[in-house]
Amino acid sequence: MDLSLSEEQQLIVDMVKRFVREEVLPLENDLDPDEDTLPPEQFAKLVEKTKEMGLYGLGIPPEYGGPDIDITTRALISMENSQHRAGLYAPCYGAFGGAGLAQLYEATEAQKEAYLFPTLRGEKKAFFGLSEPSGGSDPARAIQTRAVRDGDEWVINGAKLWISGADRADYGLLFARTGGPGRGGVTCFIIETHWPGFNVRRIVHTLRQALHATEIQIEDLRVPHDNILGAEGGGFAIANDRLSRQRIPYAAACLGPGFKAHEMAIEYSQIRETFGAPLSSRQGIQWMLVENEIDLRTARWFVLDAAAKADRGDPFRTEAAICKLVASEAAGRVIDRSMQIHGGLGVAKDLPFERWYREIRIRRIGEGPSEVQKHIIARDIIGAGLR
Amino acid sequence: MDLSLTEEQQLIVDMVRRFVREEILPLEANLDPDADELAPEDYERLVAMIKDMGLYGLDTPPEYGGPEIDLVTRCLIAIECGQHRAGLYAPCYYVFGGARQAQLFEATEEQKEKYLHPMLRGEKKFFFGLSEPSGGSDPARAIQTRAVRDGDDWVLNGTKLWISGADRADFGLLFARTGGPGRAGVTAFIIETEWEGFNVRRAVHTLRSAKYATEIELNDLRVPHDNILGEEGGGFAIANDRLMRQRIPYAAECIGIAIKANEMAVEYSKVRETFGAPLSQRQGIQWMLVENEIEIRAMKWLVFDAACKADRGDPFRMESAIAKLQCSELAGKVVDRSMQIHGGLGVAKDLPLERWYREIRIRRIGEGPSEVQKHVIARDILGAGLR
Amino acid sequence: MAVRMDKTWTTLNVETVGKLAAHLGVYQLANDEGEILFIGMAGGRTLFGLKGELQKALAEPPPGATQFRVEVNMAYRTRRLELLQAYVHDHGGLPAANTDIDESSLGRLRPS
Repeated sequence: MDLSLSEEQQLIVDMVKRFVREEVLPLENDLDPDEDTLPPEQFAKLVEKTKEMGLYGLGIPPEYGGPDIDITTRALISMENSQHRAGLYAPCYGAFGGAGLAQLYEATEAQKEAYLFPTLRGEKKAFFGLSEPSGGSDPARAIQTRAVRDGDEWVINGAKLWISGADRADYGLLFARTGGPGRGGVTCFIIETHWPGFNVRRIVHTLRQALHATEIQIEDLRVPHDNILGAEGGGFAIANDRLSRQRIPYAAACLGPGFKAHEMAIEYSQIRETFGAPLSSRQGIQWMLVENEIDLRTARWFVLDAAAKADRGDPFRTEAAICKLVASEAAGRVIDRSMQIHGGLGVAKDLPFERWYREIRIRRIGEGPSEVQKHIIARDIIGAGLR
Repeated sequence: MDLSLTEEQQLIVDMVRRFVREEILPLEANLDPDADELAPEDYERLVAMIKDMGLYGLDTPPEYGGPEIDLVTRCLIAIECGQHRAGLYAPCYYVFGGARQAQLFEATEEQKEKYLHPMLRGEKKFFFGLSEPSGGSDPARAIQTRAVRDGDDWVLNGTKLWISGADRADFGLLFARTGGPGRAGVTAFIIETEWEGFNVRRAVHTLRSAKYATEIELNDLRVPHDNILGEEGGGFAIANDRLMRQRIPYAAECIGIAIKANEMAVEYSKVRETFGAPLSQRQGIQWMLVENEIEIRAMKWLVFDAACKADRGDPFRMESAIAKLQCSELAGKVVDRSMQIHGGLGVAKDLPLERWYREIRIRRIGEGPSEVQKHVIARDILGAGLR
Repeated sequence: MAVRMDKTWTTLNVETVGKLAAHLGVYQLANDEGEILFIGMAGGRTLFGLKGELQKALAEPPPGATQFRVEVNMAYRTRRLELLQAYVHDHGGLPAANTDIDESSLGRLRPS
């Protein structure tokens, strides 16, 4: 057992940390507090640097051009590149490149040509259309969007909700029911957003503005049979391993703003005086910082444990659920305490806390809410005895 | 000991509750999601209704035209008034009127003629200028705004921060240092916003939607000696009893949104199904609703305890600190759980929960942050033994 | 909140702008006929929110802009985006004075 970072990992962590502090943070002084996009020239400059670092295309499998790094290194990077105001939902404003949807790597060659490769080249954008008004945490049961065969095509009708970026996407994955109730009745279709019948009705405004959500209505959308991804009825059987793995850097990313918030709170507590002494001399404040430290370290170990098991090829479903649950909740507490230590300034848009506070709240719901993670963990603990 | 409401109290509660449901909620459905004002015609119309109810001027002492109600009744009303989207910082969109500027009731007759009475008549608006960039929780020490005597005038220089409403006020109370360090060196001045040297530099936006804060600059602002409120050096000695009393309905205001959020969560849990059953059947969710219920009741009893003691003329400083601390913290937890029960919908602007979530966070900082409340309580518990 | 703003227009003058508060949100400018000329936002970096932005519009109005309406909304970025996208859907292009927007970066909405 070696719990230390390898030399290479340490190098990468230091490199990304320096990149965020020297290239990204200074930009944020002039940006709108809820910004998620950089002007093209600034963006291009950052991309140049991430390419120089050899880290462009994070999340893209190496065989498709992404950096050859394990999940542990990926998670360590996620903890670093989210350490700025927009970092939770727009880490480094996208300068590390996008990964393409996990399922697309299992597509047919023709589908990869038409959709995956243009995405990897940055020419096309995708959306992931799973959640519906009827439910997001239990899609296998909740999906009511229906697809009916008609010759060489399928005709789809239904509604989707909480779909990030559908208004800007060129294509996306749409999960529709082709068979009976439950998991085995859902098929994954690749659909193009300009096809008639695909309507993004509105933007759904939430606590966060980055990566905004949309509501979609699908009316007699005709999709060629060849655009089925995977097998009919196999919508939930595709890329499960890849999806499970992605949960780990997703959890790791929660910790970045936590680390940054905590760092800021430590500094502020030493210079800010109230009642004749610096905040840091008050035991109550000291204990808040201690709780921050322990929360962050604990969550970090859970993330690294899940990543290490995934890298070793061991089962990691429980660990992935634990790290998602713990990281999202711990980061929320750390940001909350750090914000409190900053008093009024902590809730003002002058500082990043208020954005982190709003955005981290959503992490307890998206990608499987805390309650569902607990259910997964309980099932793994109790096994067949779970009722 | 009688822990039940009197008939009159129940009548008032029912009346206010009906008012919120029949008059405020329908208007609010058509207002901007982050609005904190009604259209003038609606405002006038509703003020007339409240005057008919005999409840206009909630914090105005009866001798100045306010309703003859005790503090417990005031708190009961506060709990009802807050039960709508804007309800925390803009309860019933201010149609219950009222003068929170406790200090003005201790003014000289001339000062009352010029400032208090026009404000009570609704003709003029007021701001309260205490906090500074150097500190808000310990103003007695933190105030650096200086006032220097020059003939019949005082000349003020300095900066104020977190001052709500200064950009739209006609005049305000401004605390400046006229003497040495500490409490006894601070004087309260009434200043008019039209005067040269008074400048609102910017609006300071925070997590909350209503009552944004401002930053104020004072550049050689000349204030007549007659505009000192109270004594020179007596800025903190005015209206302390009134101020302490007001803290109790201020705490009670947090309870309204908690009640409403929990009500919504209970309803939603019954109709929303995931994994084949309504949320309300999951014990984890049941326990969240139980915690909500207990916390709402706890807040109420702590508020009533403080209010009863104040009404009886007993000491209530510790009780008011406990009420403020617990209401701000527990209401936040209730709103958070209720939001979580709503899943994705909980963070969308379609529902009021996200606004309540943002706004209740600020209650843990304003009017004495939780840490200061704990200090007050600790001091009362330990007495001279406190270091 | 409907996708399209449907409030009545207010005449753009010193008095009406003077009554605005410094909230964050979005706004629209229109000509006498009520045709939208500009969709803008008052974001977190502005000094005086909607009041400040409308004061600027009053000082230098786009040609023909005589009316305005505002919506107080802390989600000003996504709301502005939604209004712009709805406008493009309804009219086939950006409002005449929105030279600040790169249309190709806008998404596509098909509101009901």
